[in-house]
Amino acid sequence: MLAKRIIPCLDIRDGQTVKGVNFVNIINVGDPVELGKLYAEQGADELVFLDITATHEGRKTFVELVRRIAKNLDIPFTVGGGISEIRDAEALLAAGADKISINSSAVRNPQLINDLARNFGSQFVVVAIDAREMNDHWTVTVNGGRIPTEKELFSWAKEAENRGAGEILFTSMNHDGTKNGFANKELAKLSENLTIPLIASGGAGTMEHFADVFTEGKADAGLAASIFHFREIAIPDLKHYLRGRGICVR
Amino acid sequence: MKIVIIKYNAGNIRSVDFALQRLGVNALITDDHDEIRSADRVIFPGVGEASTTMSYLKNHRLDTLICDLKQPVLGVCLGLQLMCAHSEEGDTACLGIFPEQVKKFVISPDHPAMFKIPHMGWNSISGLKSPLFRDISEEDYFYFVHSYYATTGSDTAAICNYLVPFSAALQRDNFYATQFHPEKSGKTGATILTNFLNLKV
Repeated sequence: MLAKRIIPCLDIRDGQTVKGVNFVNIINVGDPVELGKLYAEQGADELVFLDITATHEGRKTFVELVRRIAKNLDIPFTVGGGISEIRDAEALLAAGADKISINSSAVRNPQLINDLARNFGSQFVVVAIDAREMNDHWTVTVNGGRIPTEKELFSWAKEAENRGAGEILFTSMNHDGTKNGFANKELAKLSENLTIPLIASGGAGTMEHFADVFTEGKADAGLAASIFHFREIAIPDLKHYLRGRGICVR
Repeated sequence: MKIVIIKYNAGNIRSVDFALQRLGVNALITDDHDEIRSADRVIFPGVGEASTTMSYLKNHRLDTLICDLKQPVLGVCLGLQLMCAHSEEGDTACLGIFPEQVKKFVISPDHPAMFKIPHMGWNSISGLKSPLFRDISEEDYFYFVHSYYATTGSDTAAICNYLVPFSAALQRDNFYATQFHPEKSGKTGATILTNFLNLKV
């Protein structure tokens, strides 16, 4: 049976992890490769590395980092942040990334999804969508949730699928950071409307939230950052718990 | 031991090389016919589209070369599919090393939301019938990413169930192939690669 995936997300600035300060037992807590390997050993199913560097120098550092991750990590990983052209994706593929995630750049230029899928295959293209609910309407936002757009969550997700996305990563800006659970109602609706896999993000606070997102939310994968980085939930414990709840995990 | 990874117009060849390096083994990535023929082990990986890749192999006369190899050959993902008889992807004849057919996953309307295409993520396999699976159990999981699958048949060496039972691995004589990615399947994947390198010839 296909296992539900647990995906820690690491934010990277200038080649170093932004969170992860609580990992006292590893030598270099700031090194994304060391942190990634630790998660892989603990049973993470995939990893996402999100580059939040703004500078050109930092960008080059990130491509070098992706190569080092690819050499050292024996599970799949997605990289995102600052990908707005085919050649950005090409550099990351050449460095060894399994998938890339695009967000604001896909909203601004939806044709980018078609171009990336045609050049590198749908399996390489994750479309990340940050959306916020206001008056029962889910508005797609860009620039880390700061800027609302004309697009609506459910139609945009379907359009991304039709354009060739291989996976949708949905973050509810209403739930992100609250630790009150995922946006299960919206996730279930998305999952039923899509034929490609759905990664849920935003709101994870307890192990029960993951059980809920896989049952009520019908998500194929659950992503979280701080609860893993700050060791509030250990991945082996989470997998054990989910197994006990009858959810198929690796 | 000389290990060659066949270089062709497919993605993700580098990740197999990295996985071998983690096992302390260096491979040569090449499309040179003499280098491939003289290798002790040949790996045929890849992610891509079947019909364009088959044209590329034919244009570089790699199609007949691969079929004539006598040393252990390991196809991975698209490599497995290209070693079958025919693929629905671009409706192309393939290498025909295995008689199995490659078909597209289809979701019928009565399937619940739990089935998505591509088949992406970690799945277990059963009916293990190859020295590739030494020290591997049916409790182990492997990483899959694909929208097309090889049917089951006489060469099926492992079965995976997703929408339909399909060939997770195939083997005939010196030809081995996995639909999953051993290079991305953690420790269990590394065991598969080690088993391939350690095959008795």
